[in-house]
Amino acid sequence: MRSFTKLTSKIIPLPYTDVDTDQIIPARYLKVVNKDGLAEGLFDSWRKLEDGSPNLAFPLNQDEYQGAEILLAGDNFGCGSSREHAPWALTGWGIRAIISTSFADIFRNNSLKNGLLPIIVDEETHASLFDLTEEAPAATIDIDLASQTLFLPGGEKVSFEIDSFSKTCLLEGIDQLGYLLKHEAEIAAYEAARDF
Amino acid sequence: MNQSNNPKTLYEKVWEAHIVAESDDAPCVLYIDLHLIHEVTSPQAFSGLREKGLKVRRPERTIATMDHSTPTISLSFDSADDMAVAQLEQITKNCAEFGITLYDAESDGRGIVHVIGPEQGFTQPGKTIVCGDSHTSTHGAFGALAFGIGTSEVEHVLATQSLLQSKSKAYEVRFEGELPFGVTAKDMVLALIAKIGIGGGTGHVFEYTGDAVKALDMDGRMTLCNMSIEAGARAGMIAPDETTFEYLKGRPYAPQGADWDAAVERWKQLPSDEGAVYDKTVTIDVSKLEPMVTYGTNPEMGIQISERIPSLQNMDSAAQQSSLEKALSYMDLKPASTLKGHPVDVVFIGSCTNSRMSDLRAAASILKGRKVADGLRLLVVPGSESIRKRAEAEGIDKIVRDAGGEWRFAGCSMCLAMNGDELEPGQYAVSTSNRNFEGRQGKGGRTILASPLTAAASAITGKVTDPREMMQ
Ligand code: SF4
Repeated sequence: MRSFTKLTSKIIPLPYTDVDTDQIIPARYLKVVNKDGLAEGLFDSWRKLEDGSPNLAFPLNQDEYQGAEILLAGDNFGCGSSREHAPWALTGWGIRAIISTSFADIFRNNSLKNGLLPIIVDEETHASLFDLTEEAPAATIDIDLASQTLFLPGGEKVSFEIDSFSKTCLLEGIDQLGYLLKHEAEIAAYEAARDF
Repeated sequence: MNQSNNPKTLYEKVWEAHIVAESDDAPCVLYIDLHLIHEVTSPQAFSGLREKGLKVRRPERTIATMDHSTPTISLSFDSADDMAVAQLEQITKNCAEFGITLYDAESDGRGIVHVIGPEQGFTQPGKTIVCGDSHTSTHGAFGALAFGIGTSEVEHVLATQSLLQSKSKAYEVRFEGELPFGVTAKDMVLALIAKIGIGGGTGHVFEYTGDAVKALDMDGRMTLCNMSIEAGARAGMIAPDETTFEYLKGRPYAPQGADWDAAVERWKQLPSDEGAVYDKTVTIDVSKLEPMVTYGTNPEMGIQISERIPSLQNMDSAAQQSSLEKALSYMDLKPASTLKGHPVDVVFIGSCTNSRMSDLRAAASILKGRKVADGLRLLVVPGSESIRKRAEAEGIDKIVRDAGGEWRFAGCSMCLAMNGDELEPGQYAVSTSNRNFEGRQGKGGRTILASPLTAAASAITGKVTDPREMMQ
């Protein structure tokens, strides 16, 4: 897994609540047997107009956000289907961190396994970040995972929570499967102790 | 902290019985008894195993099916598109190589993953069950701890039969009273989601309790647990009882003989202890409940069929107001209008929420001797091949066809529109599935979630219809 330490980027605003994974990547893109090419379908129905041409009103299509790596999303981002194709599509496009007031459980788990950092902030910070994207779309913020801090343009700092295990995995780019495999002896003992 | 003598919830009991390893600075290593896989969310997990040179630790604990992208117009998959064929070939190859049982096109037991687990008796009380699919919560109806996982976790389970998991909070969802005539488990769960919201259960595992839950048959209980995820809950569970045991007894993979008796004794220990504490509780009185319908683009946007769509002024926050506006604009519906009587183009009866025998029987009870409205398309898709055959033995296929509907082979079909069964842009569907997200049933399609009774009644009139008006 790609590690996550620090990030400086513009913020892409997506001011909708309850964005479900069907919107992030529609089912018609799920017929792949690998992880390639999913960025093509990211937010497909919002990014493309009915005739298939790009919807220029959608932030991801705007020149100023090309190369931006932080998404600012509404409450309960990533609800619905468990498809890991959602974080694959987001990271494939270049997103490395998402800021919201809450995330759906499965999406959050899936993101953490793909080097994609979900950051939960309070409503006030959330609103001020949306204001920032309106007033100064070109402004960047810094994310420092080690100190669990967002550095905003005015010099303001906002700390965020993350469990220590997820943090270590992200900082060091650890694949959790490796961690689980180290428990082989305990798994075998558990299996032996239970009569199925 | 040793809490072994404290009263425990059903969830805590199943959780604790599956702890392989615990530590302060990492999530629990949780043992997984049963792993279900399907063609869409598993290929990359097998690729991961191959890259790392790993085997499947316990192939007999994984069961595979083909359901999401499979055609339902024929038993063979000849009409599948090239990408779907490649995906179906991939799961066939993966299962053969790693020694996993696969319910493929030729198999009698094939069907939607959450329908066949219980039907074959793989799903049992007290088990931990996972699948790369959010509606794994369905299996909680048996008192199992069952939840959806991502593809990385599918790989973890294949390789280690375990998962890294943090414990959720326990949320008691109590349904009291007696369900009125014409009102079903689907209406109960839509009412719950409308009440607590699509994120209302985030971080929690539901336990459904109360008289109205006890009174449900297993099909109804599965419908209830199925949609737990639509309120954001990790899982939904119901304490096993005689109804559960009765359902499981004699199923192909349920314990038999002396093993059965021993299993029932074990299962009887699972219900939450007297005095067990939940982190949260909500109570819903079902005795005044009406059939529910959704008007928006997520499952919390639901009303009783006689109610009006909310008006913008009644929303609590600006965010709620703008999401209602966005949803109604997509649905092309007006705030404060009624949904009852709104024209419908397609009716879909199927999905892991409502495609079991009792759902098909309920729909047939309305369709029998009637014709679907002119120009309306009715699609009835059984949840498994074995349900299809049983329904045909009862003549339900004939009732559907005589009414002018399409009777299909088993699969997910128009629930997620991956297999060619889909809405056209702008069409309205009354659907017994679980998600009314934008484009879920086809790009530009508009979904109204409802029970099989409401769906069937709406098929007959061509409008959103209260089924009680058609029932004796
Ligand atoms: S029927 Fe629908 S919700 Fe159920 S498993 Fe299939 S696609 Fe998912």
